[in-house]
Amino acid sequence: METLEGILAEHPFAKDLDKRYLALLVGCAANVRFDPGQFIFREGKEAKQFYLIRHGKIALEVFAASAGEITIMTLGAGEVLGWSWLFPPYQWKFDARAVETSLAIALDAQCLRTKCEADHDLGYELLKRFAFMVEQRLDSTRLQLLNAYEFHA
Amino acid sequence: MPEIPVAAAPPHPMIPAPFCVQRVHREAPDTVTLELKPAKGGAAIAFAPGQFNMIYVFGVGEVPMSITGNPAQTDILVHTIRSVGAVSGALGKLKRGDIVGIRGPFGSNWPLEEAGGKDIVLVAGGIGLAPLRPVLYHILSNRAKYGDVFLLYGGRTPHDLLYKKELQRWRSQSSFQVEVTVDRAPASWHGTVGVVTTLVRKVALNPRRVVAVICGPEIMMRFTVREIERRGIARSQIYIFMERNMKCAVGFCGRCQFGPNFICKEGPVFRADRILPLLAIREL
Amino acid sequence: MPDHFILRREHFHELLEALKARGYQVIGPTVREGAIVYEELSSINDLPIGWADEQDGGSYRLKPRNDQALFGYVVGPHSWKRFFHPPAVRLWQVSRDGKGFQFEEQEPANRKMAFIGVRACELHAIAIQDKVFLGGSFVDSNYRMRREGTFMIAVNCGQAGKTCFCASMNAGPKATSGFDLALTEILDGGDHYFVVEVGTMLGGEILQKLPHELASVTQMEKAKNIHAATAKQMGRSMDTAGIKDLLYGNYENSRWEDVASRCLTCGNCTMVCPTCFCTTVEDVGDLKGEHAERWQKWDSCFTTDFSYIHGGSVRASPKARYRQWMTHKLATWIDQFGSSGCVGCGRCITWCPVAIDITQEVRAIRETDIRTKEYAEKNNGNT
Repeated sequence: METLEGILAEHPFAKDLDKRYLALLVGCAANVRFDPGQFIFREGKEAKQFYLIRHGKIALEVFAASAGEITIMTLGAGEVLGWSWLFPPYQWKFDARAVETSLAIALDAQCLRTKCEADHDLGYELLKRFAFMVEQRLDSTRLQLLNAYEFHA
Repeated sequence: MPEIPVAAAPPHPMIPAPFCVQRVHREAPDTVTLELKPAKGGAAIAFAPGQFNMIYVFGVGEVPMSITGNPAQTDILVHTIRSVGAVSGALGKLKRGDIVGIRGPFGSNWPLEEAGGKDIVLVAGGIGLAPLRPVLYHILSNRAKYGDVFLLYGGRTPHDLLYKKELQRWRSQSSFQVEVTVDRAPASWHGTVGVVTTLVRKVALNPRRVVAVICGPEIMMRFTVREIERRGIARSQIYIFMERNMKCAVGFCGRCQFGPNFICKEGPVFRADRILPLLAIREL
Repeated sequence: MPDHFILRREHFHELLEALKARGYQVIGPTVREGAIVYEELSSINDLPIGWADEQDGGSYRLKPRNDQALFGYVVGPHSWKRFFHPPAVRLWQVSRDGKGFQFEEQEPANRKMAFIGVRACELHAIAIQDKVFLGGSFVDSNYRMRREGTFMIAVNCGQAGKTCFCASMNAGPKATSGFDLALTEILDGGDHYFVVEVGTMLGGEILQKLPHELASVTQMEKAKNIHAATAKQMGRSMDTAGIKDLLYGNYENSRWEDVASRCLTCGNCTMVCPTCFCTTVEDVGDLKGEHAERWQKWDSCFTTDFSYIHGGSVRASPKARYRQWMTHKLATWIDQFGSSGCVGCGRCITWCPVAIDITQEVRAIRETDIRTKEYAEKNNGNT
């Protein structure tokens, strides 16, 4: 049977991550599974964990009265879900819901923040990976905002 | 010095009174501002900022619209209308001299009393500036009664901004701070581009003495409340503006209910601590 | 102790005649198309003499009794709200007048009504609607004009139906207020009479015109026994302890999905419910563009149109609409109007085509109350 450490090492987020940092992460990790339609987190609630998606599809949504749910982005295997745990007030800004059966590694936010404060090198490794992810998402968002498929006046 | 306007009870709540269009001003491709006077003469409508009227177009129907004029000017009634349906579409095509029916005013008002002696930050998204404008007029006529005042206004594009001339006037005076932003703009726009919540970070707010009034689409209000809270302001000092289907405006048809609240009676202005738990419930 | 009298069956027709002589339009129960409904009565023969109703979830049948009771049934698909708060009301008319227009307020009919056969639950329902239309900051003048001066003859139920639960809602089975006269029908061997309780001076005046005698202690005992027996016969029950907080705390309970899988959103429950009051407003114009009218019509929170705004319905799913109806009826109504909106008449259970039972839904929510610690734990705090 595969160990949690093994599974974690396979995830793109952990690529080139030194073995001792991997071990630190494992200490805060757990395997989780979500059924289709299940909420992973809700807007306004405390961000206690973030997730490395192993399998499946998860939608980031915002709910608007009379428009219903609006999906702003979907994430799948190999991607990372959730960055609100990084900064106060540690509150989710959107809803996340599994579109299909999804498997992920959940990492405890408080556990990880504590370890990062204690070991800044670990912190730097994690923040580098998050910053890259944020930059990618920002570029996508900018394109989405531009209604890029429309011709502009 | 004008008193704080009191929420007035309409004389005949079910029967519209005829009002005549005096002036039509186009704000944006789909938005006009109408100035109206009672067709039979007499005072227009005494209202408190935040209240709304039901506007009737002969044979077409009725829609709720916030009153957007100066509450101290009781001879003229002002409404800003965005055309999205049959009735608002008809209202968008009116000309000087046309007659509409007005019922009102209805609903709760912005907390001008409670804000006395405090700082006020107004955050408006899109058409949400219309229900907030009477607050600004009142503050300007009673400037000494309030502390620092900030207007944060966001629109889709520069074309969609309301009250463009007035905005310029407000920006060029110094009695309150005005920040405007758009979601996207051509290069000829030299102002801020970005979502309106980002403007909250640009102003110096003292959490112990500021009242926030927020008006715009629901998602924008939810995110703005969060941003305002991050500055340390309590929910009991934050007010938002709710909308739901509305027909009778007097609490009989049941359509505007939001939890136990009738938006036509307890709203449209609500204190955030009382209403936010309900906003978290999908399809309430 | 209020005055109690006896009106014998053979003199009952004089009651209707006395009311008509005073100019009342007498409205009461009658059999039509297999149901007992409320209509204008021309004579005592219009009453559902010798008829009973058999009700259960999604089922209503009339069946003949083995006696000639006038009021031997429970409640049918009609409630008295159709007379005070009619299904369609023209609010006003308007005609073009040069560039402007002239409004003409609608005057409702002047004729006073007398109701015969109002059940205790229905008296409560009328009082509840009075609060809605007369007790707020705005008064519905149409409702008031119809409501004022209506003569009410209550009937204390001699039997409870399988869907009845007025006892749980403290709304019956005995009428305690809101009537001019209250009758308890007694069939005792060959003896057939009514124990009459006088509620108002006007009620007393009408009774004076009829042959009557003072009720004996025995007769009053018989009436009391009937009330007690009916109270024990209730087909359903609802535990209302803490019901407001229960429903406020369970908006996210998965039971709503369960009920939504059954609910057709047909709106029958709202049509038959004696307290449901929601309406729509329709503006209609003529083809020449010279004349227009505004109508107020019964509507239902079960339609998608009801919550339509900004291009969509706020309550798009059947789940949201059923939840709105039940939470309004049993919880938010209390905050809005100071009492429950439900009187336990059971009509919503009887007339639901799929037999959804509001008492059962409350029970199920109590059993799966998501506020309880064990529930939160089970879901890993993921709600």
